[in-house]
Amino acid sequence: MSEFFQQLINGLALGSILALIALGYTMVYGILRFINFAHGDVFMLGAFAGFYLAPKVATVLPLPSIGGGLAVMTISMAICAVIGIVIEKLAYRPLRKRPKLTVLITAIGVSLLIEYTCQNSHVFGAAPKSFPLLIPDYPLKLGTLSLNSNQIIVLAVTLALLLALRFIVLKTKIGMAMRALAFNPEAAALMGINTDVVISFTFGLGSALAAAAGILFAVNYPSIDPLMGILPGLKAFVAAVLGGIGNLPGAALGGIIIGVTETFVAGYISSTYRDAIAFGILILILLVRPSGLLGKKEIEKV
Amino acid sequence: MKKLSGQFIAAAVMAVSLFLSGCGKPHEDTIKVGEFASLTGSEATFGQSSHNGTQLAVDELNAAGGVLGKKIQLLTEDDQSQAGQSATAVRKLISSDGVVAMLGEVASSRSLEAAPICQQNKIPMISPSSTNPKVTQVGDFIFRVCFLDSFQGGKVLAGFANNTLKARSVAVLKDVKSDYSVGLAKFFEDGFTAGSERNIIVEQNYSGGDKDFNAQLTSIKAANPDAIFVPGYYTEVGLIAIQARQLGITVPIFGGDGWESPVLVSIGGAALEGDYFSTHFSPDDVSPTAQDFVKHFKEKFGTAPDSMSALGYDSAMILADAMKRAGTTDGVKVRDALAAEKDFHGVSGNITIDPDRNASKSAVIVVIKDGEFKYVETISP
Repeated sequence: MSEFFQQLINGLALGSILALIALGYTMVYGILRFINFAHGDVFMLGAFAGFYLAPKVATVLPLPSIGGGLAVMTISMAICAVIGIVIEKLAYRPLRKRPKLTVLITAIGVSLLIEYTCQNSHVFGAAPKSFPLLIPDYPLKLGTLSLNSNQIIVLAVTLALLLALRFIVLKTKIGMAMRALAFNPEAAALMGINTDVVISFTFGLGSALAAAAGILFAVNYPSIDPLMGILPGLKAFVAAVLGGIGNLPGAALGGIIIGVTETFVAGYISSTYRDAIAFGILILILLVRPSGLLGKKEIEKV
Repeated sequence: MKKLSGQFIAAAVMAVSLFLSGCGKPHEDTIKVGEFASLTGSEATFGQSSHNGTQLAVDELNAAGGVLGKKIQLLTEDDQSQAGQSATAVRKLISSDGVVAMLGEVASSRSLEAAPICQQNKIPMISPSSTNPKVTQVGDFIFRVCFLDSFQGGKVLAGFANNTLKARSVAVLKDVKSDYSVGLAKFFEDGFTAGSERNIIVEQNYSGGDKDFNAQLTSIKAANPDAIFVPGYYTEVGLIAIQARQLGITVPIFGGDGWESPVLVSIGGAALEGDYFSTHFSPDDVSPTAQDFVKHFKEKFGTAPDSMSALGYDSAMILADAMKRAGTTDGVKVRDALAAEKDFHGVSGNITIDPDRNASKSAVIVVIKDGEFKYVETISP
């Protein structure tokens, strides 16, 4: 029985990280109806920003400490927000009036460009790097169950960011503009909303979320490399779809479900086919609820 | 479309004429040797280490006047650690660059991709460190300068687990995506369970690139083994060790030559203390050839060489030796000279090529202590 609960803890820890990445995916989609496939790479850039910032921050604040860890995370979130805005300006803005498919393919191109540029030995290099200790790490024992303080931090940060995002989108002026844009971009522009600013803001926010996820991922799995964003990015995308893409609590729920399913499949059925079986279950869920668990049914006008 | 096709034809004509002019050189004053390596991607540190060793060997050979009176020109292609890329790289090296011999690769899966192409074109290929037996079974032009997984897993590691660790039940956690890991696990299991009262208590899998192993390790912990065998690459091993220790697993973890990288310890840190792995070469080796190599390597690259560098160096040196003894760069004659290689004094030990074109040589076991790799014992064939 203790094995079962240990696996549940493992699944929740893994799922909360996927949930955190999925939040960024789903927010950008919810506003712009566009899947930013470079999200996983911004996630990677966030982890690398943390990697290079840590020694600098360590000269001012002690590391590992909560304060120092937060400082590193905040600065790399800011850096990635800028990167996200630049990516949108250079790659997606010129294509805004083109078919969605064009933008989607461009996003895949941007993703590959980032991955392989960063593998160059003059940028980050292809070899995995070990991520420094940012937050003090305490093992927690609950009887025979092992838990780690960082796993709780991830869960807490995911919940906090989920609430903060809901607040921004539902209660603030820029949030209202974002929703107006999501509803009808032309009408929003006619009403005096500066759509360029709102879209830039959305990308900045999404990229900052990716950076936060990247740092927390690296804190839990301290090996980072330029291709680290591919698989978590893909799984987070699936989590967002499962929860109902565009829906913030849905993304969090989807991430947790994927993490737990995957862990139980690996622990009890087959570790070889963990992804195959876990994703098979997800396909079954989507067959029953095509718009995702918490997604709204969208009626397309023909 | 009309406009496009015009441009396309112009580009095609230019490409073809460039290609023809490239091929039209009447004579060569260098010996072109091809190398395909994983300079980027998931196994990049192996590829780069190996490439540095090969480069050092070529530089030393050229500084000493080259081979058969000609300089060696090393043409290196990056296969990005990706399936499919090494075949492309090797085809390019053979058909458009016209190399006379091929060096590569570290990973068995990518050597296996390239070997049939070299065999078909009668180009001798020497793999520095692919340890899967299937590589040289491709054909009589394919050689290697490292030991085999059958020896490493079945004899070295199985013997070590039994005699030194005194383990009776071992858990195996292998990378199902890698031929190397799957092969090494199988040889270990066969060798280890050959003795009585020894068994593989649980077998779990992961896929290269995974970061979370908690599910598999929790199952392993429940089975309560004496030791855990992880025949994977260093990229995952560090994380596996951290997560195992976090789950309260205290038994030793051990593995093969895929562990060897300075990055292993920088990722795994204290979690790896007291864990073991087998490998090809230790910079603690006192032989003069090895010490000269360590010195020259440090001068050129600023770091101590690892096994991959030593094997990369040996692969180029043994090729040069075969060319000298053959007196030509002709593929068939170089192959015959390679097949007859006996007691070649390589930096990674004395190499004799056996009838199956594999190197017969010894292995070393190292332990991770205070974040460094410390020599434990040598196990001979």
